[in-house]
Amino acid sequence: MSLFILRRILTLAATLIGASVIIFLVLDALPGNAAQVLMGADASPDAVRALTVKLGLDQPLLTRYVHWIAGMAVGDLGNSYVYGTPVAGLIAERLVLTVPLAIMSMLITVVLALTAGIYTAANHNRIGDVGVMSLTQIGIALPNFWFAILLILVFAVKLQWLSAGGFSGWDDGIWPGLKSLLLPAISLAVVQAAILARVTRSAVLEVLREDFVRTARAKGLSKREALWGHVLRNAMIPVMTVMGLQFANLLAGTIVIENVFYLPGLGRLIFQSIANRDLIVVRNCVMLLAAMVVVVNFLVDVLYAFIDPRIKVHSL
Amino acid sequence: MSATADIGGAKPYRPAGFWRRASRHRSFVLGGALVLLVFAAALLSFVWTPWPPYDIDIAAKLKPPSSAHWLGTDVFGRDIVSLLLVGARSTIVVGIIAVGIGLTSGVVLGLTAAARKGWVAELIMRMSDFTFAFPAVLSAIMLAAAIGPGLVTSITAIGIFQIPIFVRVTRGSANAVWAREFVLAARAAGKGSFRITIEHVLPNILSVLIVQATIQFALAILAEAALSYLGLGTQPPQPSWGRMLNDAQTLLFQTPMLAVYPGVAIALAVLGLNLLGDGLRDLLDPRLARER
Repeated sequence: MSLFILRRILTLAATLIGASVIIFLVLDALPGNAAQVLMGADASPDAVRALTVKLGLDQPLLTRYVHWIAGMAVGDLGNSYVYGTPVAGLIAERLVLTVPLAIMSMLITVVLALTAGIYTAANHNRIGDVGVMSLTQIGIALPNFWFAILLILVFAVKLQWLSAGGFSGWDDGIWPGLKSLLLPAISLAVVQAAILARVTRSAVLEVLREDFVRTARAKGLSKREALWGHVLRNAMIPVMTVMGLQFANLLAGTIVIENVFYLPGLGRLIFQSIANRDLIVVRNCVMLLAAMVVVVNFLVDVLYAFIDPRIKVHSL
Repeated sequence: MSATADIGGAKPYRPAGFWRRASRHRSFVLGGALVLLVFAAALLSFVWTPWPPYDIDIAAKLKPPSSAHWLGTDVFGRDIVSLLLVGARSTIVVGIIAVGIGLTSGVVLGLTAAARKGWVAELIMRMSDFTFAFPAVLSAIMLAAAIGPGLVTSITAIGIFQIPIFVRVTRGSANAVWAREFVLAARAAGKGSFRITIEHVLPNILSVLIVQATIQFALAILAEAALSYLGLGTQPPQPSWGRMLNDAQTLLFQTPMLAVYPGVAIALAVLGLNLLGDGLRDLLDPRLARER
């Protein structure tokens, strides 16, 4: 087990380093001089030169990359080109919104998907199965940001139960904060849940056909007992794989949905920074998001080995 | 994967009476009809639109549906039906080019990984795992910050994101073909890896690739819409469905229906492609159809 985890950790480290190189090249080397980009084409050469030195952009590319990575290791991501404040602080302020939003939508996704997936598999080819599967087919086709707009239309414009956007913060208590994240989380979750429900259904159906389930039934277990006692644990591997892959979509979706609801999270920060040409903030935000995707997939891989001990044997 | 390969190996499996069975397959017919509708809309927009799609007429802004403007007008007085027809173009162009990039690169890399085991395969697969760290929106953000937003940015970002998916699908299916007896026979007959790949492996994984390309097309449409909505993709004045939704959101309290039409168009296009993909999978690969 420890060798398996060690190998996965090495792959994780290599992937993170590779991602950081790509991000650095695209956002630091490709646009040319960030000081010029920041000041615009009309800026005087002297002013651009002064800003170049001030931002440390006169250093060689490799030195700047090493400086960035070394800084990241101690939590120093540099200062925003525009505000002059530490980037780490700017990101931390926004994560207070983005992380709870991602967790909320993942929870809603899992509850919806497992309920629908297990229900449809247990009622295979009955009317409930056909109905729920048709709904998931429509769910997969919905762009999440459009679904978000429709939710605003119904719950904010027509019924006026919730606000159309904005975030009240956590200072007034947890409930007002959660309330402002409810529609964004639902709009993110519904589309993801549609996909996951279909995966859950296929996985459960697959395991239901296995010999050991027939043996369990032959020993007198009811269908329900076999389902909860034997089938679900074995069906969880493909479900978890898709959940891991969905996490990347979830983060990407968060960036879009934050813009739909005008939520001051990481997604909004990225867009404000692109508009302000604050490339150092964009670079660190993108790195953080890419790292989150990689780390979550690493955790899913390691978790497999605990759920299904055969996996680590095959991986060695 | 055996169902896609006959014993001769050289010809791909072609189920008998494809069109006869296809015409009775509900998903295929409904999906195909929806996809045809979107393509027809895009093609029609080149020769005819109810109103000129770029003409601004402030006096006619936000008109409700009428016999003159079937779905009304937007905030600049442009006809919604005309914008939807022209918007279908960007959707299709981005989808085709992005899937083309993903399919071509992914298939070449996937076939190489299947044919050349060892460090080449390992390198390709690790690179493709690595690309998963960058969802299309994240790549588009990087490119928009570096070279500016636009059609090229969205096509590149979506295309890059498609590559690892095609690499995995191609390699998985190609590995199964490589394990078959007819490949061994071809090898014994003195054929090299390249010739076997082109003559035996590729024809036998074609159906899997067609199905995957259809599904990826649907995902590309969703990504294009999201990028245009965010202002990273298709730029004004070129109409696009995602951009129309962005414009409509600011008028949600005045004219809510403006936010409904483009979304319905996107959803129908994606639904059509997904149903078509499901249908093709059933029709081209009976083994998979039985498993579902």
